[in-house]
Amino acid sequence: MSKASDDAAGVDFSQYPDARGHFGIYGGRFVAETLSAALDELEAAYKRFRNDPDFIAELDHDLQHYVGRPSPLYYAERLTAALGGAKIFLKREDLNHTGAHKINNTVGQALLAKRMGKTRVIAETGAGQHGVATATVAARFGMKCVVYMGAEDVQRQSPNVFRMKLLGAEVVPVTAGTRTLKDAMNEALRDWVTNVDDTFYIIGTVAGPHPYPLMVRDFQAVIGREAKRQLLAATGRLPDALIACVGGGSNAIGLFHPFLEDRQVALYGVEAAGAGIETGRHAAPLAAGKPGVLHGNRTYLMSDEDGQILGTHSISAGLDYPGVGPEHALLKDLGRATYVCISDEEALEAFETLTRLEGIIPALESSHAVAYAMKLAPTMRKDQIIVVNLSGRGDKDINTIARMKGIDL
Amino acid sequence: MSRIADTFARRRAEGRKLLVSFFTAGDPNPDVTVPLMHEVVKAGVDIIELGVPFSDPMAEGPVIQAACERALRHKVNLPRVLDMVRAFRQQNRHTPVVLMGYANPVEAMGYERFAEAAAGAGVDGVITVDLPPEEGEELNRALIGRGIDPILLVAPTTKPERLQRICAAARGFIYYVSLKGVTGAPTLDVGDVAAKVQEIRKSTDLPIGVGFGIRDADSAAAVARVADAVVVGSALVRLVEQHQDDTYKLREAMADLVADLRRAIDTIEPVGA
Repeated sequence: MSKASDDAAGVDFSQYPDARGHFGIYGGRFVAETLSAALDELEAAYKRFRNDPDFIAELDHDLQHYVGRPSPLYYAERLTAALGGAKIFLKREDLNHTGAHKINNTVGQALLAKRMGKTRVIAETGAGQHGVATATVAARFGMKCVVYMGAEDVQRQSPNVFRMKLLGAEVVPVTAGTRTLKDAMNEALRDWVTNVDDTFYIIGTVAGPHPYPLMVRDFQAVIGREAKRQLLAATGRLPDALIACVGGGSNAIGLFHPFLEDRQVALYGVEAAGAGIETGRHAAPLAAGKPGVLHGNRTYLMSDEDGQILGTHSISAGLDYPGVGPEHALLKDLGRATYVCISDEEALEAFETLTRLEGIIPALESSHAVAYAMKLAPTMRKDQIIVVNLSGRGDKDINTIARMKGIDL
Repeated sequence: MSRIADTFARRRAEGRKLLVSFFTAGDPNPDVTVPLMHEVVKAGVDIIELGVPFSDPMAEGPVIQAACERALRHKVNLPRVLDMVRAFRQQNRHTPVVLMGYANPVEAMGYERFAEAAAGAGVDGVITVDLPPEEGEELNRALIGRGIDPILLVAPTTKPERLQRICAAARGFIYYVSLKGVTGAPTLDVGDVAAKVQEIRKSTDLPIGVGFGIRDADSAAAVARVADAVVVGSALVRLVEQHQDDTYKLREAMADLVADLRRAIDTIEPVGA
């Protein structure tokens, strides 16, 4: 069952990233000089506070009382029975405040911004979940908030745009390039360069220049730490496999990271195959891309032979990104994690299955992870255990689902 | 002596400052670029910076972003940009050409292959915006090995210790980005620029070019008083945008602006001369 290859066997994962943010050949800090000082300042502040007892206490307090942690680890009994194989547990990040894992990170970064004396936060968002999570913490801390969102996504995700505005954020539609998440990130970086003195850029995933992949991983690793503790308490053992969807990859790293040294636990990251890898209309840089440099880090990217970044497609806006966190790139190369793909169609089927069997409406992003669990579980023994990261709830997706079914809401 | 060093030396001997023009290769279409290069040289440009189109130009404002998009519609890639430089070189052996772009197209081609092809085409310098010295060692080595200058950026926020590292890795000239923000941003404080240029001079003997925020004769003259070279980009690219459907008018407008800037730079009172 274990997928850890010989490459990963002797690796001490705690050595990553190195002092300059490299995960092997990936990661790093590929930015214009205009951003170097801001990143140095951020890195210094994060280094100072990440082990600071007061900071940790405040973060823990907020995670418990504001986010609602720990999130439950739920045994999906009917789904398990229907598949007839390994036991499936769901890590219920959908039950967090604002409905997804994103808030684990925005609470952490906002606390850091407050300590750094920043009065304005900015963010990029695709589906709008990270934008909402950022607008939420900005409201709570009384910070000015600007969210950049591709004009295409503003159309597709109008309920989340409204939520952000209700929370007091300004939502700026980005009309450059492909008008989606990657372009929103470009625009947020441009804002940051211009307003670097008072502004903190809250990146929503484990990508971007160092220290973001490290910092966001640390804030999301609460998912895996809880899951491990909860499963040990419930069953007395570690899982055989973990499954999480991968766009930028923050919910996946959050679940995987505390298990990296447990070599017997297989790790599966699920990318969006969209209309199918062979069609080119997908969002699967690990499965079908190659290493390159974008948004401040070296990682697997979807780019053409000239090095231009390609447009992506997935039914789930949150997976619609041409890059992926550098730590995933390393885990792929080492064989410590296995990256697989799920199509739009398979994700929709899983969405319906989970909704009907368990009474849980999953986000379309998370439905990709559920879909892979539905493939994997029947190949495993009944005494084996899979933990699936249910990274978000699907209320935001009902318009998309209705449209696919030809229903006018 | 390299073409870049030679050009700075020649102008210094004359007591004049350099004018560096930036526009994006292939904008508004690939046929215009080489004639435009000749046109700006004729009008008074000393060094040509040619933008390599990239899909995600993080450090650019809306004007140069749009230029990249126009060029990419014609599928202008790195090999085609090098072809343009090669064509320019057939009639101009003395004007340095510097490519300015982002890391990923260079990565896609491969560092060694790019360095060899660029040298063969007659490229003199390369600015890779998102490749700071820490990440750029390998490319910079490849470039220097082929006689091409890696030109590095210094920002208003660059701390003294980083400045040392940047100056140690740079060749050709130092490109000082004169304001916080992206290309084409509006305001420029010449007093701040003068102070930073003085600071940079303590770390290097390389000449210093200043760019970002220079849009007309006045700002060009003000910067020329403190720097060795004045870089004008978005102001020229704005003309491309305006006259994209009329090549004749475009060349005329570019030549006029360049001549204007040239005059302004040449009529300043030299500082400390």
